[in-house]
Amino acid sequence: MASSIRVRATANGDITEVQALIQHPMDTGFVKDAKGELIPAHYIQQLKFECNGKDVFVADWGTAVSKDPYVKFSFKGAKKGDDLKVSWTDNKGASDTTTAKIS
Amino acid sequence: MKTRTSILLGSLSAALVALALTSPRVVAADKVDPVADAKAFQNFFFQKFPNVKHEDFVNGPYSMNEDMKRQWQEKEEFPPYEFALDAGKEMFATPFKNGKTYADCFPNGGIGIRQNYPYFDEREGKVVTLELALNRCREANGEAPYSYVKDEMASLTAYMAFTSRGKPMDIKIPDDPRALAAFENGKRYFYTRRGQMNFSCAGCHVQSPGERIRAETLAPALGILNAMPIYRSEWSGMGTTSRRFVTCNSQTRAVPLEPQADEYRDVEYFLSYVANGLPISGPGARP
Repeated sequence: MASSIRVRATANGDITEVQALIQHPMDTGFVKDAKGELIPAHYIQQLKFECNGKDVFVADWGTAVSKDPYVKFSFKGAKKGDDLKVSWTDNKGASDTTTAKIS
Repeated sequence: MKTRTSILLGSLSAALVALALTSPRVVAADKVDPVADAKAFQNFFFQKFPNVKHEDFVNGPYSMNEDMKRQWQEKEEFPPYEFALDAGKEMFATPFKNGKTYADCFPNGGIGIRQNYPYFDEREGKVVTLELALNRCREANGEAPYSYVKDEMASLTAYMAFTSRGKPMDIKIPDDPRALAAFENGKRYFYTRRGQMNFSCAGCHVQSPGERIRAETLAPALGILNAMPIYRSEWSGMGTTSRRFVTCNSQTRAVPLEPQADEYRDVEYFLSYVANGLPISGPGARP
């Protein structure tokens, strides 16, 4: 299966701009399905971006984040060609990881 | 008695002659003329919105509002339909159980053909949409059909639209009275008011594009199907043309038809034909 994470990171001088799109249902636990039964909560608890062994962005999420979340941020101290590692874990213990080269 | 009958006959034949004399004119005035209709339809929008580039109408509400357009362009760098597009590409390439693929069902292997759909099938005497053709392809190869409104169907059409991006819409109306009747029926559906709120499709998308309806900016009807299928943030997912028609109907509190009902196929035929020449921009993203 294709990765659930799409990431693009571009370095411009000292600043690296990161955009990421993650495929995840982000169910709140308050929504009912067509049969009227509650869809159990299923959401990303932690999203982490690492660069050169250092965490550059860590997000502790709850159910208030939308389905298929999109994240954009920038940080200092990386250069073109460095690896950016992205990983998430959800409340059901599932996780995914991908690594992108900064361009 | 005899004279009366002859008088009656005489007046009847006079009426018939009168009918024969006037009827050609009546037929001419009622003749279905899709070419003139498309021209009038396009000119209406071009004159109503002289500052919008013609090829920009396919971008729906973004052609009406600068601020929304900027936000959308930023979003397009990382479009929300990307997952569906990748899934569609993979599905399109995966063979059925019998070893055949979607490519075997379509001209040019299904690549770059979105602009020719829907088309009028002269054997069936009806309009055939891309979604319908895809499900018929599945059934002909022993696979279960997909839902017409979202998920797999939207992913497949997203991929097929993507391979056709920029190509001008090219819908043909063959010289067949049934094709003209389908066009006319679609047009009638488009302009007819219905539902508790008494809306017609045209009431919003011809009379009021660019205006707001609650928080939404209305898209112009011209080129509205060129962007299909769409990722709608409101749906938090993808939807096909059928889904759009069904939700439009239920939002105006009309009773929606079944997806791919004859009327929906006809209205898709009408709307696509009048957008001939405008580029395919699907898959699209809408608020």
